[in-house]
Amino acid sequence: MAMLKTFKIGGVHPAENKLTKDKQTEVLLPPKQAVFPLSQHIGAPAVPCVQKGDQVKVGTMIATAGGFVSANIFSSVSGKVSKIDSVLDASGYRKPAIIIDVEGDEWEESIDRSEQLVKECNLTPEEIIAKIKDAGLVGLGGACFPVHVKMMPPKDAVIDYIVINAVECEPYLTSDHRLMLEHPEEILVGLSIMMKALNVKQARVGIEITKPDAIAVMTEKAKAYSGIEVVPLKTKYPQGGEKQLIDACTGRQVPPPPAIPANVGVVVQNVGTVYSIYEAVQKNKPLFERIVTVTGKSVKNPCNLKVRMGTPIAQLVEYAGGLPEDTGKLIGGGPMMGKTLMSQDIPTVKGTSGILMLPETESVRKEERNCIRCAKCVGACPMGLEPYLLATLSENSDWEKAESDMIMSCIECGCCQSTCPSNRPLLDWVRLGKTTVGGIIRARNAKK
Amino acid sequence: MSNLILTAVIVLGLTGLVLGIVLYIVSRKFAVEVDPRIPQIQELLPGANCGGCGFPGCPAFAEACVKQGSVKGLKCSASKDGVMDQIAAILGGEAEHQDPKVAVVRCNGSCANRPGLNRYDGVKRCSIANMTAGGETGCFFGCLGCGDCVAACKFDAIHMNPETGLPEVDQDKCTACGMCATACPRRIIELRNKGKLDRRVYVSCVNKDKGPVAKKACAAACIGCGKCVKVCPFEAITLENNLAYIDFTKCRLCKKCVAECPQGTILAVNFPAPKPKPEVAPSEAPKPEAVSETPKTAE
Repeated sequence: MAMLKTFKIGGVHPAENKLTKDKQTEVLLPPKQAVFPLSQHIGAPAVPCVQKGDQVKVGTMIATAGGFVSANIFSSVSGKVSKIDSVLDASGYRKPAIIIDVEGDEWEESIDRSEQLVKECNLTPEEIIAKIKDAGLVGLGGACFPVHVKMMPPKDAVIDYIVINAVECEPYLTSDHRLMLEHPEEILVGLSIMMKALNVKQARVGIEITKPDAIAVMTEKAKAYSGIEVVPLKTKYPQGGEKQLIDACTGRQVPPPPAIPANVGVVVQNVGTVYSIYEAVQKNKPLFERIVTVTGKSVKNPCNLKVRMGTPIAQLVEYAGGLPEDTGKLIGGGPMMGKTLMSQDIPTVKGTSGILMLPETESVRKEERNCIRCAKCVGACPMGLEPYLLATLSENSDWEKAESDMIMSCIECGCCQSTCPSNRPLLDWVRLGKTTVGGIIRARNAKK
Repeated sequence: MSNLILTAVIVLGLTGLVLGIVLYIVSRKFAVEVDPRIPQIQELLPGANCGGCGFPGCPAFAEACVKQGSVKGLKCSASKDGVMDQIAAILGGEAEHQDPKVAVVRCNGSCANRPGLNRYDGVKRCSIANMTAGGETGCFFGCLGCGDCVAACKFDAIHMNPETGLPEVDQDKCTACGMCATACPRRIIELRNKGKLDRRVYVSCVNKDKGPVAKKACAAACIGCGKCVKVCPFEAITLENNLAYIDFTKCRLCKKCVAECPQGTILAVNFPAPKPKPEVAPSEAPKPEAVSETPKTAE
């Protein structure tokens, strides 16, 4: 057997803990009250287009994109707009949101709710991209980058590959895995539509070898579609990182920022996003539902749930059997890149890929000790950086040196921190450095 | 044998002499002209290199003074009174008078006032805590308590009070260089006029949430009720984004707002203990009624 492909430098092997990989996706009932933060994507916050007292249906647009890099927001419930107020969201701060009191479950008539697969797509590339933009699609891998922006690469870039991220390298999470097993045809149709929109002939779907059932079903189904190849990949975190996946699937290297994958002729999308492209283009269904993995070692009933966005986390936790007593942290996302949620009242948003209830014993930080110069973090960094150095530079506010040492290339995967035998908070410092240096660079560019 | 020693002494002596002469000529020929006033001014400066003046350290500030030829717009807040006058005298001018300032911590969210809701176990730095989430309490504007301001102070003038979890400024040591104000990611610390007899009245809160939210989060939060704005005879108080702010250039220290505030958010410091008529500062108030009356006398 030929050597399995993977990315070349760095990476770690965290425990998989995919507790829910064999659990069929269940549908969670709509909440009594749904909350839609206006800022649930990268870019400008959306602008509300409903007022207090307005009646909305499932799929009604409630906020329009606040710029080119922004996305529309749709109601996932039917009912009455209760108020527009600031609400605690996953960022840990209070941000403006639209709150809707649910009445019944009435859908917009334009949405095709049948399960039937629609293969045929006669739209032009421009029409496809317009539909994607109107449906408020964002990348569902976690970063929530508006999809239509990626679908309109710079004019000078020649795109010859689409790479689909189906690796789901984050421990515990299984939403993408389940989606591939349950809706492989829809994903492939969505991918064909993407290829048509970008005028690309080749696409590669990267799946880690730990999901043999998904590889089998996707490979089998892909035979009927031209130009789509499923690439089994060796398991290594963070293979789901855009640049790592491009390296693993095509062998191309994306230069440091401000270069983007389009500069090497590649557009990357998450497999969940591709499914939502299918739904948006073929079924006229905007983005207001997603699969969320609710999991944790002490959780009674870990599960994969199809959730209406805006549902409070508490309802998901309750469905999974309630918050275990030993819970130390409630995390939105997985253990590597997820973010601790400050309250169960926080609503699910477009980027909520999972809810992880981590026991106290695993979640509390261990005592920090001095750096012993073992360079484990250097070996683990998939971007070839020196995390120990960047952390120190950031600690000493040496922003110039941090910038010249490529701090902006950090993808915040957390490999460095997870390997550090001295439990140093490397990523916290690097993040601070990235934020500060990013601000300096923006200020400098604005001056020019 | 002695001949050998003598030769060595002569050779080394001559070499030294020749090189010495060369060095003397070179140092004269390539001497760097330094304005004698720069070291003079530098002598007067505290040498803390705090950066409060906006220049990288005291030598750079001295150079800037000489380059400009006057002290207009320049101020070393770290040095004692009169130093700027002396510098101005060296440059042959006069220093403009500036009110002395002091750093003021505008948060009273002590452990007792602000109940904790979460626990933050990350790096104990305000800058990182602020980036990670809103904080351990329901107030996302107040002090995070990790002490970035304490670390930034070059004059040992600000310390954390372990009981309240809030920083406290030692006004005798504070030079108003502003390093703590810059270090605070939430911009809680403000440089305010030191005030007559060091008396100050200020809103000790920066919470911009609506009243009920702010009140629930902290017992000492400004709820934006606007009572202080109405009671102020000098129009010194403004209300913006549910938060009151007292303009220290307009405030006449009448303390009416302090009595009116339902939350006890407005603090008056360094006033004597309440006496029969405590409204007016006795120092500069020849006619007591002039300050405690209606707005028209304020002009």
